[in-house]
Amino acid sequence: MNLMKRLPVILLLAGLVQGVSAQDDLMNMLGDDKPATEYTYATFKTTRVVLNHSIQSPAKGDLLFIISHHFGRLNQGAYDLFGLDQATIRFGLEYGISDRLAIGIGRSTYKKLYDGFVKFKLLQQSSGEKNMPVSISYFGSMGINSLKWENTDRVNYFSSRLSFVHQLLIARKFNSSFSLQLTPTIVHRNFVPLKEDQNTVFAMGAGGRLKLTQRMSVNAEYFYLLPGKTADEFDNSLSIGFDIETGGHVFQLFFTNSVPINENAFITETQGDWLKGDIYFGFNITRTFTLGRK
Amino acid sequence: MKIRIIALIIISMTIQGIMAQKYMTKTGKIRFYSDTPMEKIEAVNHQVNSALDLSTGQIVFKVLMKSFEFEKALMQEHFNENYVESDKFPNAVFKGSVIGFQTIDITKEGKYKVEVEGDLTIHGKTNKVKTAGTLEVKGGKILAHAIFEVKPKDYGISIPTAVVKQIAETIEVTVDATYDKMNQL
Repeated sequence: MNLMKRLPVILLLAGLVQGVSAQDDLMNMLGDDKPATEYTYATFKTTRVVLNHSIQSPAKGDLLFIISHHFGRLNQGAYDLFGLDQATIRFGLEYGISDRLAIGIGRSTYKKLYDGFVKFKLLQQSSGEKNMPVSISYFGSMGINSLKWENTDRVNYFSSRLSFVHQLLIARKFNSSFSLQLTPTIVHRNFVPLKEDQNTVFAMGAGGRLKLTQRMSVNAEYFYLLPGKTADEFDNSLSIGFDIETGGHVFQLFFTNSVPINENAFITETQGDWLKGDIYFGFNITRTFTLGRK
Repeated sequence: MKIRIIALIIISMTIQGIMAQKYMTKTGKIRFYSDTPMEKIEAVNHQVNSALDLSTGQIVFKVLMKSFEFEKALMQEHFNENYVESDKFPNAVFKGSVIGFQTIDITKEGKYKVEVEGDLTIHGKTNKVKTAGTLEVKGGKILAHAIFEVKPKDYGISIPTAVVKQIAETIEVTVDATYDKMNQL
């Protein structure tokens, strides 16, 4: 009998409790539906860390127009407006054939260098079901020095104009603001001025970025030449700068000790000492055009 | 006596069974649209989770921000990286209730005008939202549709002056969801 009396109360209570927690119940029903594998994006703001290529590639169907300037040396003084009177320029185009494969071409005033490159994404950093700590891309480029031959007495071959770069871009985005990239590099020049000069040079690059705000980061990049004649005669390239992103444009403003812009040249032909003020102001401007639609 | 208790329990369970009319979807669609003379931005998410309880009128949404797909890859990157900060705030959440759910007769096919009111959380900020919409009973499913407007500013999403002309001040959000009835014991 007691039970009979209490039953409606119990039922009512049960109903009430259910009412109170209904929203959370519904929420719990939805669960946590994270995708099985989450791929890392935006390790760097654009396709360059500073001078060298970053792990970023144009997305499928995106065309990038990139224009780079390295001005003259800061220590030239006020007469040359601290180097702004001179400039080495490169302009280039990069295109994403697929989300993994990108190609590009460019032309630089330094040695009237034409260049073409391929960049292929081998591994993509991801977390979740498929856990991959780093992204790795292969980068390969060929440069054609198109200066007139200085020495016309000998037979000059076209192949002597060529230089090649092979790099592995190994990058990790540690968190939303900090990314690092290691760049083991091989530079091969078919033709070098002296017999003793190295045709093939090995170098190790390291670069990183630290986001200061949502749309601005500070970037740094260093290339260490492995011991050899080239390392004895040339300087390691060091660049420090800022990335500023404004919608479809990325502005990279930096200071560097490298005059050349292409990886075919700046890794092995940098002549400038930061401590002596052989510093060049420079910038890259990257504009993205979306040609293909997803 | 015992029989009466058992009968009562059975009846109450049946009543509860009828009353708990929970519906759910994992493939709801949310589309948003920003229109300025400079640029049109449109994104769609086909993997929206939502649940609806027609016995209480309660409705919830959970939206994974990274699942929004844009026409341009760069827009998608900027959306996640610069605007909604998907790493920090992976989900948008709505907890609310359907006003006028009592009029809905799930045994009959038909379209009902309703209002939805509740708390919308985007980018870690919560605001009260109220909008008109429809619920439609069709083939044992519930079809929901609503259009409302969201101001990025209200959710602490700042738009830099450089792109202020490309991104509208109010974003039009369209929700379409087809709910399946949950099987319950």
